[in-house]
Amino acid sequence: MDLSGIFSYLVFFLVIVSIYGLLSLGLNIQWGYTKLFNIGIAGFFAVGAYTSAILTTPAAPDRVGGFNMPFLAALVIAVLVSGFIAFLIGIPTLKLKEDYLAIATIGIAETIRLFFNNEAWLANGVRGVSGIPRPFQHYITFNYNVFYLLMMLVFVAGVYLAIEKALKSPWGRVLKAIGEDETVTQAMGKNIIRYKMESLVLGSMIMGLAGSLYAHFIQFISPEAFVPMSGTFLVWVMLIAGGSGSNKGALLGALVIWGLWSLTDLITNVVPVDYAVKAGAFRVIAIAIFLEVILLVRPQGILGEKTVMSAAKKQD
Amino acid sequence: MLQLIANGIIFGSIIALGAIGLTMVYGILKFANFAHGDTMSLGAYLALLFFNLQLPFPIAVVLAIAVSIAVAILIDRFLYRFFRSTGPIILLISSVGVALFLRNIILLFWGPDLTYYTREIHLAFQVLPGIRLNSYEITIIIVTGVLIVLVHLFLKKTRIGKAMRASSDNMDLAEVVGIDTQRVIFWTWSVGTALAVFGGIMLGVENGLRPPMGWELLLPLFAAAILGGIGQPYGAMVGGLIIGIAQEVSTGFISTAYKPAVAFIIMILVLLIRPQGIFGGSKRWI
Repeated sequence: MDLSGIFSYLVFFLVIVSIYGLLSLGLNIQWGYTKLFNIGIAGFFAVGAYTSAILTTPAAPDRVGGFNMPFLAALVIAVLVSGFIAFLIGIPTLKLKEDYLAIATIGIAETIRLFFNNEAWLANGVRGVSGIPRPFQHYITFNYNVFYLLMMLVFVAGVYLAIEKALKSPWGRVLKAIGEDETVTQAMGKNIIRYKMESLVLGSMIMGLAGSLYAHFIQFISPEAFVPMSGTFLVWVMLIAGGSGSNKGALLGALVIWGLWSLTDLITNVVPVDYAVKAGAFRVIAIAIFLEVILLVRPQGILGEKTVMSAAKKQD
Repeated sequence: MLQLIANGIIFGSIIALGAIGLTMVYGILKFANFAHGDTMSLGAYLALLFFNLQLPFPIAVVLAIAVSIAVAILIDRFLYRFFRSTGPIILLISSVGVALFLRNIILLFWGPDLTYYTREIHLAFQVLPGIRLNSYEITIIIVTGVLIVLVHLFLKKTRIGKAMRASSDNMDLAEVVGIDTQRVIFWTWSVGTALAVFGGIMLGVENGLRPPMGWELLLPLFAAAILGGIGQPYGAMVGGLIIGIAQEVSTGFISTAYKPAVAFIIMILVLLIRPQGIFGGSKRWI
């Protein structure tokens, strides 16, 4: 690979890292702060991606379409739809024990995938939606991927700063308190379910945002890209490795884990095709072992968050 | 319609066998074990391994169960044990890792393609008016019936079965009255895994073997366990049959691809209307 090849690979790599960074930030609101176990990340990501794809593409004969909406309008709707799905999931599950949310979110992710797979009228089924327009393409005179990376950085920075600010507010402290000790927070008179719902919806909206930005970057989506575990599990490993409860950790985790994942991908590309499936399996085994080791050795991750309430207890 | 219900009973038997183990682990070890479906796949593939070594099928089944139990207990010893004090969610995350680990080990050794125990074809014949089953399917129903009676006797009549029920009600209290909780944990994994492997093998006999076979069953398994009331083995049996029949009957009206979604929708309805499940009398699970 020559120098420009390395450069364009690096740009592509960083765009993907920033998409995963958004997913990881969204999960951090849910899991890192409020201890909501969302294992259906792929579902919310898919909803964001498909909403954007359907709304922005030109008319196609065999599916709903032809809305030709501008990028930013579709992006906003994609975010809202993801949030709405999260709201629906929250209604039956948030008042129950935390494991139910985990089971329900994997159910919704799978159902969403089956839906897009089978309802060809909506999004062309297994063949997927192609030709998703590149935002602002006509205004860009330099390397488009570089522009996209800059745009991604603006989105990531915006989301990061907004979350940091929100989490330092009284609202954010309640979220943290719920994550650390739900009973005590409830005893302080806080409406736990409402805060949990806000956390779930907000986190899922960010995942929808990531999905929309993914669709406009790759320009093609199919249900294949949203198989629940592959994406969801990687995001979990990113957040746990980076340090749940820390937004910097969430972003760092996305960078480190996607780096490792891509590195193993480069290695698997070298081996003969016959071994490709096995090498792929081996990659997942390695990442699964990596997760267990982190959980055993450093459960708080690289930039783990100190617990605020317990810290206050120690000072007393 | 009758045929769909019969298919539902077969599929429901398989779900019930998996759901019993899932609900027992939940009741006693207090976590949702996301690796349970993949334990079913592992057992099914181990049976294939031993069967291909020219061993008689029943011996292959016994060996597959023994090895799977050993794997489950090793995972508990070297992994889950350290997370018991940190709460159910870390255990859950860890079990997701184990699930991926097991599935990809299967992929690594056996490859992604559909395989079968045998190429023999057993013709279906008329059992009752409107219902046609083959000899495999009749065997599945009979074996499940026998296993469920055995589980019942085990839980009601043996000392360790009673200890398991007590631990499921209240682990601390069980420990105080002198129940050996380590033994209870050992037996929970053993019984749960054995039933899961039976279920996995039956699924393999009925539909063939694919690495994601057990993972894809996880949603119906949880739906069955929740419908029956989590921690309730009898509930899981009934829940399994209901989910199985509902999934098969739904294929008369909507695309078969939506089978997992049917289980999911039943589960959501149960969570909305009666979150403690059919047999969950007390409210302690919510």
